[in-house]
Amino acid sequence: MLSVHLILFLAFGAVCVAGAVNLLVQRHPINSALSLIAVMAALAGEYLLLGAEFVAALQVIVYAGAIMVLFVFVIMLLNAGVEERTQGSRVAIIIGIPGMLIGSVLVAWVVLRHSGTGEVAVGALPGPPKTIGDMLFHEFLLPFEITSILILVAIMGAVVLASKPPSSPAEGPTQKVKD
Amino acid sequence: MVPLSYYLVLSGILFACGVTGFLIKRNIITIFMSIELMLNGVNLSFVAFAAHWHVLAGQIFVFFVMVVAAAEAAVGLAIIIAVYRTRETLNVDQVNLLKL
Repeated sequence: MLSVHLILFLAFGAVCVAGAVNLLVQRHPINSALSLIAVMAALAGEYLLLGAEFVAALQVIVYAGAIMVLFVFVIMLLNAGVEERTQGSRVAIIIGIPGMLIGSVLVAWVVLRHSGTGEVAVGALPGPPKTIGDMLFHEFLLPFEITSILILVAIMGAVVLASKPPSSPAEGPTQKVKD
Repeated sequence: MVPLSYYLVLSGILFACGVTGFLIKRNIITIFMSIELMLNGVNLSFVAFAAHWHVLAGQIFVFFVMVVAAAEAAVGLAIIIAVYRTRETLNVDQVNLLKL
């Protein structure tokens, strides 16, 4: 008998897998980016089914919102076109695809066979966001502060890397002043 | 009630799609998106295990993974812009200066 929980899980999971496969099939990067947004939104639904409201909200705000906007912005900034397909090596096709199939079937068999006893109820996680905030600022205070330093370094690195090389903007104004 | 293994298989499928995209795609931005897909698959298994064992630390780890992914996306996309500015291409086959 299918419970509502299982039906919702399968629906969100189907959207996830369809979006992931679509990301591989599409040739234009903007289509891949939009299907990745669909995957992330469906994953937020899975997190809600597990009871992780905090993570679901973060998934929508940070991943589907901020990071994907960055991706779409860069795709449009660089005016990325349809990618050219190049011929892959024949060894990869002959050995890689059967090897990957065998490996994934093995992993799925082991996971389904040996960890199938535990079941996860709807909203199984006990923690409201308040508890998570408490943990974040007591037990995980040092990692939290280290990640803030990491973000700071990333911001500075991104600004340095993406800004124009110093020679070209320096030439323009000085020449104008001389003229 | 959904068995824990279903969540693990779904996260494995997402991770495998990410690896496949990383290997077969030729556009550097799409390769980068495949990495994000892999991170999402790992996040799902973190949350599923956290719910299974009633340990909240799993969600904190997902938070840290998201922070690292955001930092990585910012720096990576800046690198992509710098590569495009010097090489005028997004195709990874044409960025082969270090290749023998």
